[in-house]
Amino acid sequence: MTWVNAVLQGIFLGGLYALFACGLSLMFGVMRIINLAHGDLAVLGAFVVWWAATSLGAPPAPALIGALPLALALGYLLQVTVLTRSLRGGELTPLLTTFGLAIVIQNALLLIFSPDVRSLATVTGSLSTGSWQIGGLTVPYLGLLILIVATGVLGGLHLVLERTGFGREMRAAAQDPDTAALVGVPATAVYARATAIAVATATLAGTFLAVHSTIDPASGPTQLIFAFEAVVIGGLGSLRGTLIGGLVLGVAQTIGAQIDPQYSILAGHLVFLIVLLVRFSPGRLVPAA
Amino acid sequence: MTVFPGDTVFPGDTVLDGEHLHKRYGRLHVLDDVGFTAADGEAIGIVGPNGAGKTTLLNVLAGSVTPDSGTVRLDGADVTRSGPQIRCRRGVGRAHQIPRPFGGMTVLENVLVGATYGAGLRHREAHRHSIEVLRRCELLDLANRRADTLGLLHRKRLEMARAVATRPRVLLLDEIGAGLTDAEAAELVATIRELNAGGVTVVWIEHIVHVLLQVVNRLICMDAGRVIADGEPSAVLSDAVVVDAYLGKARS
Repeated sequence: MTWVNAVLQGIFLGGLYALFACGLSLMFGVMRIINLAHGDLAVLGAFVVWWAATSLGAPPAPALIGALPLALALGYLLQVTVLTRSLRGGELTPLLTTFGLAIVIQNALLLIFSPDVRSLATVTGSLSTGSWQIGGLTVPYLGLLILIVATGVLGGLHLVLERTGFGREMRAAAQDPDTAALVGVPATAVYARATAIAVATATLAGTFLAVHSTIDPASGPTQLIFAFEAVVIGGLGSLRGTLIGGLVLGVAQTIGAQIDPQYSILAGHLVFLIVLLVRFSPGRLVPAA
Repeated sequence: MTVFPGDTVFPGDTVLDGEHLHKRYGRLHVLDDVGFTAADGEAIGIVGPNGAGKTTLLNVLAGSVTPDSGTVRLDGADVTRSGPQIRCRRGVGRAHQIPRPFGGMTVLENVLVGATYGAGLRHREAHRHSIEVLRRCELLDLANRRADTLGLLHRKRLEMARAVATRPRVLLLDEIGAGLTDAEAAELVATIRELNAGGVTVVWIEHIVHVLLQVVNRLICMDAGRVIADGEPSAVLSDAVVVDAYLGKARS
C-alpha cells in the first residue's frame, strides 16, 4: 500500500511540475524559444501574490486572480519589447536574452523581498496541510487541487490550440511565420499572446509552489530544471506530452524517495536521462515525436 | 507594337504599383529600377530567364521583402514599409512556387487560417467561405486530410486555395504550374480564369508560356533585374530584346 500511495503522491506532485512546464512547452512549441527565465517569472508571480496576501491582507485566491492579468500583461510586454527583437538575432539570442532576464529577475527579487524564504502556507490554512484518508491512501487537498488545475490548464490550452481560430492562428505562426504573415496572421501579436499565456501559467504554478512549500528569490532555476525535464520526457512542443511528462517526473521522484529519501531528485533526473538516451540515441538524428 | 514600361495607360484604377524599385543582395542587383503597375481586373504574366528578379519582385509586392529603395503602393497608399500580414488583409494574396502548407493542419484548417485572418471572416462565415474555396479549387474531398500527406498537385492547389481564401483583390502567383502535367495545369488555368473573371487581379510568374497565355492579357518580361518589355503578350514575345534574353543574341 505504501508503494501505491507513493505513486499517488507522485501524481499529485507531477501536477505541479506539469503546471510549471506548461508555459515552457508553449513558448518552445510556438516560437522555439527556450525561456531560461521561466522559473524566475513563476517565482516573481508568486512573490506578487505573497506580497498582496501578506502586506495588503488580501485572501490568497483573489490575490492570485488579481495577479493573473498582471502576468498576462507582463508576458505580452516582454515579447513585444524584448523577445521579438531577440528572435531576429537567430536561435541562440533568445537563450541569452532569457538567461540575462533570469539574472535580472532574481536580483530584483533579492533587492525588494530580501533573501528570506517565504510561504503562502501560513495564509491558506488547511488547504496546504489537510488531506483525506481513503482506505490507507492519502489525498491531500492541495495536491488534488493542483492536479485538477494543471489538467484543466494543459487540457484547456490543448483544446484551444486544436479547436479554435485562435489556436489555428497560433499553430500556423508556429509552423511557418513567414507564410502565416502572407495569409494575414500577425505573427508578432500571436507570439505576444503565447508569451502572455506562458507567464500567466507560470504565475499560477509559482503560487501553488508557494502554498505547497516555500519560495525565495533563488528558487526559480530549480523549478526551471524540473519543468525542462517534464517537457523533454513528454516530447517537445506537445502540451498533452507535457502533462504526462510532469506526472512521470513526479512519480519517479516519489518512488525514488520511497526507496530512500535522498534518491528523490536523483530518480527524477535518471528517468529524464533514460528518456533522453532512448529518444536521442545516435543513429536517430531525428528525435521521435 | 512593343510597349515599354511607363508608356502604357490601362483602363481601370491602379490597384498595386511599384516605382523605382531597387533590391541588392551583396553585389547582385536583383531589382534594378523596376516599375510595375497592375490595374483592377488585369491578368498579368511575368516571364524571364532564371535570376531575372521575378520572384523578388513578387516578394517586394507582397511585403515579405523590403526594397532597398523605391515605393510600393496599394490603392495609391504607400505600403512599402507595411508587413505582408497588413497587405494581405488589405487585399494582396500570395502563393509560393514551392507550396508551403501548414503541414500539421488539415486542408480545411489551412484554408480557414486564410479566411479568418486574411479575409477577416468569423466562425460560420469563415467555414462557409473556406468550403466554397475548397470546392472551387477541387480540394473538397481532401478537406480533412493532413496537409503534409498531400501530393504535389494537391499541394499546389492548396497553396492557391489558401491565398484565395484571404479574399485577395490582387493574387500573386509564383510558378504555380511548374511540375504539373498539361491536364493538371489546365485545371489550374480554369480556376485562375474564373477568379480573374470574378474581378481578381492576377499577377502570375510562369515559365510555361503557352499555359500563361491562356490567362493573361498583358505580359511583362524581365531580365537581369530590369523590365525589358511590357505590353500585349504576342507583341512582347516577338520583341527582339525578349528573344535575345531567352535565346541569346543570334548575331552580334
